[in-house]
Amino acid sequence: MDHAPRRGVARVVGGRLAPVDLPGDSRPDPVAAAPAFDPAEGVVEVAHLTKRFGAVLAVDDLTFTVQPGRVTGFLGPNGAGKTTTLRMLLGLARPNGGTATIGGRPYGARPQPARSVGAALEAASFHPGRTALDHLRVYAPQIGVEDRRCREVLDQVGLAEAAERRVGGFSMGMRQRLALATTLLGDPQVLLLDEPANGLDPEGIAWLRQFLRWLAAQGRTVLVSSHVLSEVEQTVDDVVIIARGRLVHASSLAGLEALARPAVRIASPDAAGLAALVQAQGWAPVTSFESATTATVFDRRAAEVGAAAFAAGLQLHELSPADTSLESLFLQLTADPGPPGVPAQGSGVAR
Amino acid sequence: MIAALRTELRKVATTRSWWLLALVMGGYMLAMSVIMAGSFILAIRQAEAAGEPVDISGGLAGDGAAAVLDATTVATSVYTLAVALGYIFPAILGALAVTTEFRHRTITPTLLAEPRRGLVLGSKLVAVIPFALVVALAGVVGTVLGGAVTLALFGEPTLLGDPEIQGIIARQVLALVLWALVGVGFGSVLTNQVAAIVVLLAFTQFVEPLLRILLAQFDATEAASRFLPGAAGEAIAGSSLYVSSGLAELLEVWQGALVLLAYAVVLLLIGRVTTFRRDIG
Repeated sequence: MDHAPRRGVARVVGGRLAPVDLPGDSRPDPVAAAPAFDPAEGVVEVAHLTKRFGAVLAVDDLTFTVQPGRVTGFLGPNGAGKTTTLRMLLGLARPNGGTATIGGRPYGARPQPARSVGAALEAASFHPGRTALDHLRVYAPQIGVEDRRCREVLDQVGLAEAAERRVGGFSMGMRQRLALATTLLGDPQVLLLDEPANGLDPEGIAWLRQFLRWLAAQGRTVLVSSHVLSEVEQTVDDVVIIARGRLVHASSLAGLEALARPAVRIASPDAAGLAALVQAQGWAPVTSFESATTATVFDRRAAEVGAAAFAAGLQLHELSPADTSLESLFLQLTADPGPPGVPAQGSGVAR
Repeated sequence: MIAALRTELRKVATTRSWWLLALVMGGYMLAMSVIMAGSFILAIRQAEAAGEPVDISGGLAGDGAAAVLDATTVATSVYTLAVALGYIFPAILGALAVTTEFRHRTITPTLLAEPRRGLVLGSKLVAVIPFALVVALAGVVGTVLGGAVTLALFGEPTLLGDPEIQGIIARQVLALVLWALVGVGFGSVLTNQVAAIVVLLAFTQFVEPLLRILLAQFDATEAASRFLPGAAGEAIAGSSLYVSSGLAELLEVWQGALVLLAYAVVLLLIGRVTTFRRDIG
């Protein structure tokens, strides 16, 4: 069962955490060291889940599935209903409708649930007067693990040297690591992490990325919520995107990337010439004009558009690739279809 | 059940509040009992000089009844200060067992580790008992030490050898532990830590004493005053300053224990169906 790296994943350097020995160099082979997991036990299933807070529909008929052995990004702007969904999955909040199960059962129906599902909802869930080790020791009996497991998980998240320090003096990054350590106590098959990268420095994010990939490689289910796609873009295999409590997209990351279209932005002082070029090339259906002299041509490459303009003798002041990035695609998907000019926010409730 | 209990025991043990409360209660009770014993000695000396018995009720006892200041009255009044004044400390200890979880949001990991909420609340109730015992002992030892030493220094009888006095002293410990259970119940109803402590302080130090004196003034309401939680706690001890000063009557020991326990149970049940049924977070 022990898959902890023999050497520390990170160490404290001058009070800061610096990752060393990233997976791949000194870690044991994840597959060889992994406990055997029953994939059916690792499937997270949300079906027609609905949660109402007064007049606000925080989660609205939400349905998605999370597969084991993969890192799934649970994405959406703040207030989209991510945390509320996780709370319902974990039995902390009662849905108004629908079901949320892990391995086919509601969380509360599992004996010693923390041994099969590890969840971290808030990085601030600590008593500031307790040491990191004491925090873990408090939960160890209830989770059903030996006390020595507490030091193992501290070591795993790179907090071994901060074990005897009071959590009140911890940085946000250290709290995130301790929250992660708490979820790992029961060596769970399913990990549900709410915004685990919040407050981590770039090194910490790189470390987390490797760590989550390593956990998924062992066959575990890893669900990571975030309100920033770019934060998890390099980590996740699958994405579940929600906005205003509704599902807007669920696919593999490749599936999301396929939605991103190539595009070229052109500008010319010759408005008539520009219009004529678009007409002549048959680009009209895929072109959007910002003004008479500026346009974006979709599904074309810069070289192709540049060559056509050159051939037509059209003077260009701008010719630049304007591919829809994953981030802007994410923004488009989650945008509030409210009145134009009104920034899309505040349509849901936090938590 | 054992696992949940071990977790709750560790929760209290790994924070500083329980021994801080024990320390403060011990010190506070020591000081109060010295002051109280000193005041009695002063009153006795003045009365002796004037050659008349001492009325310590300040005229509040009504019906012209005067409480005579004899050695037993002095001893019981001083030695029961822990239950008469100090019960706020175990009550806060109990309340903190619940409110800390909400203040620091540790209720989330707690309910993730054990989703059976009734079991969590029950474990908290049991886990608080050993720590309440420490706080209670600190308070009672402080009270008796301060009182007895002061009385002895001025040549007054301490009556510590009197089995009845010993019983009163010992039963205070039980009353104070029951107060911790009431605290757990109260904390489960009012989970805002600051509000819980303020309300506990206001009720125990101001509202209830005032209510007891007022209710005791009328025959129709006098009986009701005995069922107030503070009065029930004193009934477990068997006496108190209120009684020896003629301000109030108390229930029987067993009745007092049942009444105080009933307060704890009712509050816990309310907490179970409100706080511990709601969505968390």
